Amino acid sequence: MGTAFYIAAAVAILSTIMVITRYNIMHALLYFIVSLLSVAVVFYLYGAPFMAALEVIIYAGAIMVLIIFFVMMLSLGSQTAGEERSWMTPGVWIGPSILCLVLLGELVFLILQPAGPAGEVRVVEPKEVGLSLFGPYILAVELAGMLLMAGIVGAYHLGRQKKKIVHRFLQTPES
Amino acid sequence: MEAHYWWVIGGVLFTLLNTAAGLIWLERRMLALWQDRYGPNRAGPFGILIVLADTLKLFFKEDWIPPFADKVVFVFAPAVVVASVLMAFAVVPFGPNIVVADMNIGLLFFLAMSSLGVYSIVLGGWASNNKYALLGAMRGASQMISYEVFMGLALMGTVVLSGTFNLGKIVEAQRGMWYIFPQLLGFLIFFIAGIAETHRLPFDIPEAESELVAGFHSEYSGMKFGMFFIGEYLGITLISSMIVTLYFGGWLGPAFLPGVIWFILKTFVFISVFILLRASMPRPRYDQLMEYGWKVLFPLSLLNLLGTAAIKLLIDK
Repeated sequence: MGTAFYIAAAVAILSTIMVITRYNIMHALLYFIVSLLSVAVVFYLYGAPFMAALEVIIYAGAIMVLIIFFVMMLSLGSQTAGEERSWMTPGVWIGPSILCLVLLGELVFLILQPAGPAGEVRVVEPKEVGLSLFGPYILAVELAGMLLMAGIVGAYHLGRQKKKIVHRFLQTPES
Repeated sequence: MEAHYWWVIGGVLFTLLNTAAGLIWLERRMLALWQDRYGPNRAGPFGILIVLADTLKLFFKEDWIPPFADKVVFVFAPAVVVASVLMAFAVVPFGPNIVVADMNIGLLFFLAMSSLGVYSIVLGGWASNNKYALLGAMRGASQMISYEVFMGLALMGTVVLSGTFNLGKIVEAQRGMWYIFPQLLGFLIFFIAGIAETHRLPFDIPEAESELVAGFHSEYSGMKFGMFFIGEYLGITLISSMIVTLYFGGWLGPAFLPGVIWFILKTFVFISVFILLRASMPRPRYDQLMEYGWKVLFPLSLLNLLGTAAIKLLIDK
């Protein structure tokens, strides 16, 4: 379990670094997918197989495909890569690095804390996830449902097309 | 890991890759039969050596990468389709105790892998840097994302009935009755979504050779094209074996034949249905496909899930 975790975690960190440093947005997105997949492996190792599957199905399989879809439609060429390169000056790194160092320090402090041994890995079955979603967390599920409904209504409104008649006699005056 | 395990992995890989190659011959012979002509019948008995000839031809073709393509992604894309489909086969129970990974989330694993398969089309089309390839990739992406939704929802009917995501246990739960009877609607939706997911005819809209040259793989040649080709056949085999596992009792069958044989026989029936569909159906227009999916299949799959759950609750009460 230990080695598998370290490998997956290392892949996750490396690929996330690659996401930030790539100039070509498509390559960055590909590394991001690898990062999501390795996080899914970590989930699987530590007793959340359902979460791991959802991570791959929803994040890697649907959301990232949609993002790639839009990047494809924008048709960003080598020009944008050059633009990106001009933005990635060393000065940009300072702010994020400081923030990350603070987090890292906190993490090291927490690890050094004499806490008890990590509990046994307990596998959470999909049924348990479902029961808690529709039990104690029902409000969150309903709120998410309402948000999605608003999204659907908005998408319908934006995507709706008026029926257009292309005929010189049948055309209504305002169209 | 015991020796049995390695035999299973090796056997599954060997059988699958050979099946996928053999399907080249099977498809061409079957199409010929249904179209009242001979098909390949020269090389070897019944022309079966056409597989060898085709493979050799693919290997010796010039493996050309267009200078305007994104080289790394271009090479990477064909591998994704084969890898994701082969990974999905890891959870398919081919017989009692013949399964590579007996996972508790087997069904979700299958859905996850099939949702990763879309990257091969998207990346292949994008990396080719060609307008027809890009159009094919866009169609492929939207088609596969949409049909994945109903595919997952249709499968949930069997999960409700059996109470597990484990494919082996789903097969065991069908001892009394195959799920094709209570889940006829779910089966039909899954089957249609499966055709769209493997982008086979009549839903081969990402390729659509009469409008888009060859769609997302216009720029591919040699064995890279061969990978897309093999990936498609593997996809057919995967969807057929999932249909058999989930709705037709998997390896269950009368005891005079071993379970694996029953599984293979049933799977081949569905592979033939896939080929028959190719021989007999016209290709719908792109917007018709999407409309059909979202306006017909999606509400139907939701109704199916709702009805199945309600009846299950009623019976359990």
